[in-house]
Amino acid sequence: MTASGVERAVTYAVLALFSVLCPGADRGDRADRDAPARGAADRGRAAPLGQPGTFRSAWDAGGFGRLMASSVLVSASVVALTTALCIPAGYAFGTMRFPGATPIFYVMLAGMVVPFESLIVPLYYTFRDAGLTDTYWALILPQTGLSISFGTFWMRAFFRSVPVELADAARVDGASSWRVLWRVLVPIGRPAILTMVVLVFMWTWNEFLLALVMISDQSHRTAPLGLSTFQSRYGVDVPSVSAAAVLVAAPVVVVYLLTQRQFLRGMLAGSIRG
Amino acid sequence: MFALFVIAPIADGAWISLFRWDGVTSGTWVGLGNYRAAIHDAAVRTAFQHSLVLILFYAVLPVAVGLALTGLLVHSRVRGVAAVRTVIFLPQVLAAVVVGVAWRWLYDPEGPINQALAAVGLGSLRHSWLGDLSTALPAVGVIGSWITTGLCLVLFMAGAQRIPPARYEAARVDGAGPVREFFAVTLPGLRNELAVALSLTVIAALRAFDIIYVTTKGGPGDATTVPSLLIYTRAFVTGQVGSAAAIGAIMGLLILALVVIITRLVEDRP
Repeated sequence: MTASGVERAVTYAVLALFSVLCPGADRGDRADRDAPARGAADRGRAAPLGQPGTFRSAWDAGGFGRLMASSVLVSASVVALTTALCIPAGYAFGTMRFPGATPIFYVMLAGMVVPFESLIVPLYYTFRDAGLTDTYWALILPQTGLSISFGTFWMRAFFRSVPVELADAARVDGASSWRVLWRVLVPIGRPAILTMVVLVFMWTWNEFLLALVMISDQSHRTAPLGLSTFQSRYGVDVPSVSAAAVLVAAPVVVVYLLTQRQFLRGMLAGSIRG
Repeated sequence: MFALFVIAPIADGAWISLFRWDGVTSGTWVGLGNYRAAIHDAAVRTAFQHSLVLILFYAVLPVAVGLALTGLLVHSRVRGVAAVRTVIFLPQVLAAVVVGVAWRWLYDPEGPINQALAAVGLGSLRHSWLGDLSTALPAVGVIGSWITTGLCLVLFMAGAQRIPPARYEAARVDGAGPVREFFAVTLPGLRNELAVALSLTVIAALRAFDIIYVTTKGGPGDATTVPSLLIYTRAFVTGQVGSAAAIGAIMGLLILALVVIITRLVEDRP
């Protein structure tokens, strides 16, 4: 088996494991918990494979359809905004010289280090005064703001790595810088852009504090926030909580497994350069 | 966009931190009073002390384990490295809330850890790991180690592969044993990775909000209260907004300072 073959096999193995083992583990635990009450006869009652029923009931009880939809909407918006803003910004920082470029860039870098925890108090009151709490904007805008510092940094590194001759050749042919960017550079940069998209998606999907603070209304909750509420309400019902946890983790895990090669390479390269 | 949602809140946060404000009525100007109060506040001190313990679990331990394993594995061409990499990196990808939920179950008085202890005859050690004053913080710390060890190992392994083999040969010609080789070749070769791993894990340890909120909410008592949790409770539960903003500012500055120090330390070494 080639290296990539092994990798693919493991990917599928992990996916399969996830889909079978998680409900399986719950089942074992439930059997143990209920055993004293129900008697030993019930111990082996569960089916050999997971119980899809647990997922369905957790999905319904926790309203995960709605939660997932919120999370998808927020993540997609953040990814789209970040990508749209960071490609031109990275292009400017990476290929052009303009006054103040270096200081502005350092300020941007600081944004990669400052944690949400430090910003959350002022953010909340600003959004409350603007009447934006309990809206998707309260999640999308700050998250995009923070993602931009990483995205710009990341795209700048990519645009710097592209040989200058390439852009020059296009320019000689009479293309404007805007055209050079979209017609020449973006198509070669697809792997770099993909990595950025995956990372930003993951961070947004997993973000918890922002949602916890900004959202109190049921209908705008995101999946991690929903999971936390679900756990405090159904904490004793381990199978359901585990099923819910798997549901919340699944999209990110799937994206990670499908893109892991580029993802890891990108992440390593990015962090080393930082 | 960036200016609006990152720079503006920083300035705004600094401004709020100068008032005593409950978030509803208008605030009272207290100047640097919130900072002075925060520094003398026993709860804040305890929280930062807990952060120190967490740094041990989140950063020091995983980095040490990662380095040791890298040193051991650096010459062996292990088959299926890519596969192992995929799996050990996985915790880094999962939502902290999911991780917290899973570990809460593991630590449960009737959870797998206690069952395993009972099964091997150590039933006397069974207890509520997250509910006990003396074990709650280490228990949370172990979750952190579980998350960040994979990151460290992946970083170091990738870094070690970039070290030119000629350096190892040179070390061997000079008669270096495995231990000396590690300190003379592998460790210096991993300087950049070391800086990155330390920065990322220390930041993770100082933040640590999601995990703690889901597993213990800072309890029992204040046994696992960390600064980020204090920010949350003060700003949104007990209405000490100015104080929360001050803690936030201290935390932000601390992280910035630590990252600069780590980068300097690692880069200065020859």
